Amino acid sequence: MKILIKSGRVVDPANKIDEKLDILVVDGKVAELAANIDPGGAEVINAAGLIVTPGLVDMHTHLRDPGYEYKEDIVSGTRAAAAGGVTSVACMPNTSPVNDSLAITKYIISKAQEQGSANVFPIGSITKGMGGELLTEMGELKEGGCVGFSDDGLPVKNGEMMRRGLEYANTFGVPIFTHAEDISLVAGGSMNEGPISTELGLKGIPWVAEDAVTARDIMLAELTGAHLHVCHVSTKGSVELVRHGKARGVRVTCEATPHHFMLTDEAIRGYDANFKMNPPLRSQGDVDAVRAGLADGTIDAIATDHAPHHIDEKNVEFAIAMNGVVGLETMLPLTLKLVAEKVLDLSKAIALLTCQPAEILGIDRGTLAVGAVADITLINPNKEWTVEADKLHSKSKNTSFDGRTVRGYAVRTILAGKTVFER
Amino acid sequence: MSFNPKHILGIKNLTADEINFILDTAESFKEINTRQIKKVPTLRGKTIINLFYEASTRTRTSFEIAGKRLSADTVNISASGSSVVKGETLEDTAKNIQAMHPDIIVMRHNASGACQYLADRLDCSVVNAGDGMHEHPSQALLDAFTIRQHKGSINGLTVAIIGDITHSRVVRSNIYCLNKLGAKVRLAGPGTMLPTGIEKLGCEVFNNLEDAIRDADVVMMLRIQRERQGTPLIPSVREYARFFGLNGNKMELAKKDAIVMHPGPINRGVELGTAIADGPQNVILNQVENGVAVRMALLYLVAGGEKLNSD
Repeated sequence: MKILIKSGRVVDPANKIDEKLDILVVDGKVAELAANIDPGGAEVINAAGLIVTPGLVDMHTHLRDPGYEYKEDIVSGTRAAAAGGVTSVACMPNTSPVNDSLAITKYIISKAQEQGSANVFPIGSITKGMGGELLTEMGELKEGGCVGFSDDGLPVKNGEMMRRGLEYANTFGVPIFTHAEDISLVAGGSMNEGPISTELGLKGIPWVAEDAVTARDIMLAELTGAHLHVCHVSTKGSVELVRHGKARGVRVTCEATPHHFMLTDEAIRGYDANFKMNPPLRSQGDVDAVRAGLADGTIDAIATDHAPHHIDEKNVEFAIAMNGVVGLETMLPLTLKLVAEKVLDLSKAIALLTCQPAEILGIDRGTLAVGAVADITLINPNKEWTVEADKLHSKSKNTSFDGRTVRGYAVRTILAGKTVFER
Repeated sequence: MSFNPKHILGIKNLTADEINFILDTAESFKEINTRQIKKVPTLRGKTIINLFYEASTRTRTSFEIAGKRLSADTVNISASGSSVVKGETLEDTAKNIQAMHPDIIVMRHNASGACQYLADRLDCSVVNAGDGMHEHPSQALLDAFTIRQHKGSINGLTVAIIGDITHSRVVRSNIYCLNKLGAKVRLAGPGTMLPTGIEKLGCEVFNNLEDAIRDADVVMMLRIQRERQGTPLIPSVREYARFFGLNGNKMELAKKDAIVMHPGPINRGVELGTAIADGPQNVILNQVENGVAVRMALLYLVAGGEKLNSD
């Protein structure tokens, strides 16, 4: 089985490639990159005018399976991924039951392999049941396929527990993904604390609720020598803390979501719960800091925090609506917007979506090196289209970008040499 | 000028002219409340539902009387607890009510934005009787009406509002309303009850009551909820009363002809000393009285105003 992707602009930051090349795929692997490869008997895919990248990697999703299949499941979630040009997702363990056991890890992986449209890399929980009290069997979970550990959705409140989680995960060479939030400072808040929350009469969440725990966890990474990955940084202070940590040589990486670099808390003025997530949309100063962090390399990955919720959980009073928005199908155009706005160059943007998250996860994806698995995304970078919530492939339609006109999308998503999405 | 808004959700989006028009309309209704037969046929055949998710005596009664004096059919629904506790969503409750074809729903709800939520989803008019910590437009309007009655004009006055600013929808609506009408607004309260960025709504913030009320024309005291005692917000009602209660001779700092207002219900001896609550400067019962006229005006205008007669 051979396919030849012809005449595309290949952008493969892992191998410092940005030029017009053909890619020959044989038996699901990249066999050759060169100008003008002879098709021989290969199926030819004309990529003229398109950008060809490694399949995108989204290191932070919630697939809701098992337990919350009414919001999303592995089939619908990976279909949404494929539609967004994403071939690999890491999925957080806050399912029901929590992914704190080999059985759940194996269930996720086998369902994804049998019925999914993308690679799924489970993240196990740091503590059993995400209860914050007992470590999970990280050694066995890693053997079973977990690529890291997180209690995402909840912080690890107890400092010693977090320290031991870092030390123990480091034993097996995998990172801890911290959801940095001091619940006592959140104190029931439902949006960013600032002039807008005061005006709207919604209880605010101060930036310090995020920064305080980001600081603690970076210091714990320094203390333990373990790899800490900070999920969804949303504040100026968090970006600054990661920057300082890196400068001191701490093994810290972090990610930012498209909604945190695209939107501010101004969006909440209509009390629409599709702008409610955790961490919340912040101020313009925070958005600027996140963008600066992406530009200067402080932020290592763009990730969606894809968090599907049923309409019944969103179509309610703002204060009681669930936190989270879907993102798999809008990550690519929103990232390309940063290129259009000259925050990032294209190669840097693609690195944030491919090789950099792949490296943090320790997975052999995000590259078009000869011999690599042929996960490939073909992108039309110029096509203008309007996001329509109803047309998303995800089971849940809770996007912050409904009705927004964006530019660029995946026209073909190839998973191990096989086309899993095409438009 | 004519002004027939579909909904009254807050003061923020009203203009000074619109506010004055509402107050002038209220002026014309005021007299009805002192007649022998306190009823006019203006809203005959209209159905008004008072949907109250929070306890309220004054506001609900005031809206009910306002509707009845205009000959509307008024129905009160008291829903206890949030929609989540009830098991029926706010939208479902509202749609069930709408199926009975009311013309106006007057709603009080504990969630900020709840009236906007309803207005976005229903065909009938929605009047906000207080939503969470967001707005309480009819209160701000009756306050403005009362100030105007006592001071002639609001323009150029200094109004001090004291108390739990964070949790007060009355403050937010009043800041908008008073600014639009040309008054200066000062706020004071303990730091734990002053929300971030409140000054951006148009006010000056003080840490002590004395500075805020010095030379003020109007002193508006807010109810301090006793439940807040012992939370991280205030250590005790006793200490609160000492530093932020209007008592003793503190009113001497304000202008000689200053008036004292309170949205009620008052906690005597806490935010307001009895001598001041019952003293010559208090206009608290005027506020209540004027509330009926202002709410008559709101219901009348939302129902169509002058167009009602031409139909």
